[in-house]
Amino acid sequence: MTEKKFDYFISGEKAKWEVIIGLEVHAQVLSQSKLFSSSSTKFGSEPNTQVSLVDSGFPGMLPVINQFCVEQSIKTGLGLKAKINLNSVFDRKNYFYADLPQGYQISQYKNPIVGEGEVILDMPYGSKKIRIERLHLEQDAGKSIHDMDPENSFVDLNRSGVALMEIVSKPDLRSPEEVNIYIKKLRSIMRYLETCDGNMQEGSLRADVNVSVRKVGDKKYGTRCEIKNVNSIKFMQAAIEYEANRQVQLLEAGKTIDQETRLFDTKKNSTRSMRSKEDAHDYRYFPDPDLLPLNLDKSLIDKLKKELPELPDQKKERFIKEHNLSPYEANILVSEKEISDYYEEVIKECDKKLAINWITVELFAVLNKKNLSITQSPISAKNLSSLIKMITSGKISGKIAKDVFEKMQTGDKDPKQIVEKEGLLQQSDPKELEKIIVSVISKNQDKVTQYKSGKEKLFGYFVGEVMKASKGKANPQLVNEILKKKLH
Amino acid sequence: MSKISELSLTKIVNGIKKKDFSSEEVTKSFIDSSKKSKKLNTYITECFDEALKFSKNFDKKKDYKGLLSGVPIAVKDLFCTKNVKTTAGSKILHNFIPTYESTVTNNLWSQGAFLLGKLNCDEFAMGSSNETSFFGNVKNPYGEKLVPGGSSGGSASALAAGLTPATIGTDTGGSIRQPASFTGTVGLKPTYGRCSRWGIVAFASSLDQAGPMTNNVEDSALLLQAMSGYDSKDSTSVDKKVENYSSNLTEKIKGLKIGIPKEYRVDKMPTEIDDLWKKGIEYLKDAGAIIKNISLEHTMYALPAYYIVAPAEASSNLARYDGVKYGHRARGKNLIEMYENTRSEGFGNEVKRRILIGTYVLSSGYYDAYYLKAQKVRQLIKNDFDKAFKDVDAILTPSTPSSAFKIGDKSDDPVSMYLNDIFTVPVNLSGLPAISVPAGYDKNNLPLGLQLIGKAFDEQTILNLSLAIEKRANFKKNYKVWWS
Repeated sequence: MTEKKFDYFISGEKAKWEVIIGLEVHAQVLSQSKLFSSSSTKFGSEPNTQVSLVDSGFPGMLPVINQFCVEQSIKTGLGLKAKINLNSVFDRKNYFYADLPQGYQISQYKNPIVGEGEVILDMPYGSKKIRIERLHLEQDAGKSIHDMDPENSFVDLNRSGVALMEIVSKPDLRSPEEVNIYIKKLRSIMRYLETCDGNMQEGSLRADVNVSVRKVGDKKYGTRCEIKNVNSIKFMQAAIEYEANRQVQLLEAGKTIDQETRLFDTKKNSTRSMRSKEDAHDYRYFPDPDLLPLNLDKSLIDKLKKELPELPDQKKERFIKEHNLSPYEANILVSEKEISDYYEEVIKECDKKLAINWITVELFAVLNKKNLSITQSPISAKNLSSLIKMITSGKISGKIAKDVFEKMQTGDKDPKQIVEKEGLLQQSDPKELEKIIVSVISKNQDKVTQYKSGKEKLFGYFVGEVMKASKGKANPQLVNEILKKKLH
Repeated sequence: MSKISELSLTKIVNGIKKKDFSSEEVTKSFIDSSKKSKKLNTYITECFDEALKFSKNFDKKKDYKGLLSGVPIAVKDLFCTKNVKTTAGSKILHNFIPTYESTVTNNLWSQGAFLLGKLNCDEFAMGSSNETSFFGNVKNPYGEKLVPGGSSGGSASALAAGLTPATIGTDTGGSIRQPASFTGTVGLKPTYGRCSRWGIVAFASSLDQAGPMTNNVEDSALLLQAMSGYDSKDSTSVDKKVENYSSNLTEKIKGLKIGIPKEYRVDKMPTEIDDLWKKGIEYLKDAGAIIKNISLEHTMYALPAYYIVAPAEASSNLARYDGVKYGHRARGKNLIEMYENTRSEGFGNEVKRRILIGTYVLSSGYYDAYYLKAQKVRQLIKNDFDKAFKDVDAILTPSTPSSAFKIGDKSDDPVSMYLNDIFTVPVNLSGLPAISVPAGYDKNNLPLGLQLIGKAFDEQTILNLSLAIEKRANFKKNYKVWWS
């Protein structure tokens, strides 16, 4: 396979520009309760039903760190091959907003729990390492709702205090496609670790996108703009595309880029200025005196390291090695933990190559059409496995298998029962087949004469007639053999 | 027999146990004195009816297991009390009724005590004279024109005037010890982490600590024992066993080494304060203590460091009072205007001053020069004490550089007001326990206190030393009741 070359550049009128992207991903920690209180984190509950006195900032209320969330962030750090800091500090980020009940967000500023790490991307032009700068724990704010009443705003504090991991990348990404793969990889790693469900629709994964441009060949980074709180990969890509072009146009017109925070307008597909650097908040960070510094025991890190599940990169290596898969096939299978789980379940008892085809071609087509995830698959791994086994053991033909597969989709039916009930078992009894073949030959004497006089292409016609007469159940290999003999 | 409301906490607890009098009689006696005390302005909220009901119930049930069985207690209005208005002395919380009970008050109630009322204090505990309260200044039983000290001024005044058998306050920079000194009562600030901060309206989280305010040292030991303890809801509370301070209390302090820090001999200190200090040294010597001169060389930087750290934390802690969720809300055309109006109307001048200072010292560009430097100073002050405590068991100083001053005397001069905390502030910065025990009078017959500073979690030693001083100073209340 020839590797493609990286080719995402913006061709301006005067120069060719490279796009520099860094992401601050906010990933909601998968946890039953919030970062500093015991309130539930369940999504979609009635407004203000999952709020404790701590989450709503009542006088005299104090935060207590949720140890589970700490461990979740350590696991994530380990999954990013990052340095875990044994000493980290929670700081207060002070600003006023109606959905921030304490008037400050508890976050980690100078001393985050996780230091530098990396994420490997598989790009068509080879693998690419994206460096991670840090991961820190912080609490989410509530939600302001402005469109329910013409006069008033409403506040829902269910989300207030929910634990987030902010994962900050170095400015190593160079195209919307790399951002796509990066987010998917990050999501995949966290889902393998079960530290974040990665559900972007529910806001469990969102990102601030930093974009700048520079002329190809330049070493210095340009001035960047930060696009706040983008909640889908599609929007991130569109925002980058728009923002990079906007910056190129400005620069080529001899103007400068203002360092600012921008918002992505999903309706107009464009970004607009939210606040300039001068208007940037002064968050007055300082260590939260209500919380002691977070001091971790090295033994805890070692324990979590030991308990770490197999991650996508390792699994891919193993699939390539043990199952003889191509990197491409392995990639598809490990991209989501559930797919690889499904695959491993299927191949427990059947052929691996066939399994990959059936999963990535037939099953994926069904899932795509019905917009289902693998966990919602209408066909269980067990049943798909027995279908494949019936093919390899010669009980049914590949063609019949497709019909059976079709029928299995309603109610996850057992393929053996379908085959039995509908009498689809492949006919492999040579005597039975001979009868059909003799009958076909006798009905088509004219074609036999033509065949024998050299029109060998007609062989296919005879096979087709036999298959038709057997309602597709005849074992094609046997049919070939017997036909050849009979037509001699 | 003297009036019940003139008895000490310990005597009342024992009297109830021995059935010398009922809880109802005790409660009635304190309600009676309290009702006649309007001029002192100590109460923000009176819970007399509920207290009486509770006492009657108690007398029926006769459960004497608790350390404070059947005793009504009024507390500083900084402790959140379930279903009872909790204002922190501020307009912004003038209508706030918590649905929860602070851990410390809850500890008292589980020892059999019950709430008599909520006592006045400086707004958000910011003040040294009780003049910053939205509910008006409290007066000192020792003189209608005198401040009771602050911020736990309502507590100190109510205690000294016999309106409550004991009370609890909070001490961020001296707010228990200074008013104790001004009213001739005993005030103890425990080690940071000894008492839970959960449910106490926060001023400066790294300095705030609740403590007992009582008529004598014996009561102090008893109340400290009742209110202390680890609380998993406060991450800064310390999981250390609470000692039996009462039964361990002894004036036998022979051989203990007492440090006298030369840096506490400040300029312009009245000679009577110096004399009192000398007297304290003599008392302790008499009890067999060994006196040692020591140095706490960074003492002079404590006050400026404190007035950076405390306002910084306060500016953040008070951000939650924004009119959105509870408390006072002013109208505004939009969110920002609502905030501005609410906070302009809701906070008094001293609170605003400290929010401004705190916001300033945390601002980017100033953080290193102020907040960070103050934290370094704080560490140096801590180190001073650590070093000193290698040679001594406790440190003796005056509690305050003066006796109670006149209402209005310092209210226009914040710096001179702040200077009143000069001896108490270093203790909060170091997290150590300290107690103020009345030891004498100045020339105007106003009470003066001595401060004993102990090692972390060694409240017992300073209680014992205080007891030795108390026995020798033979301090007696000598005010004339002018308010009823």
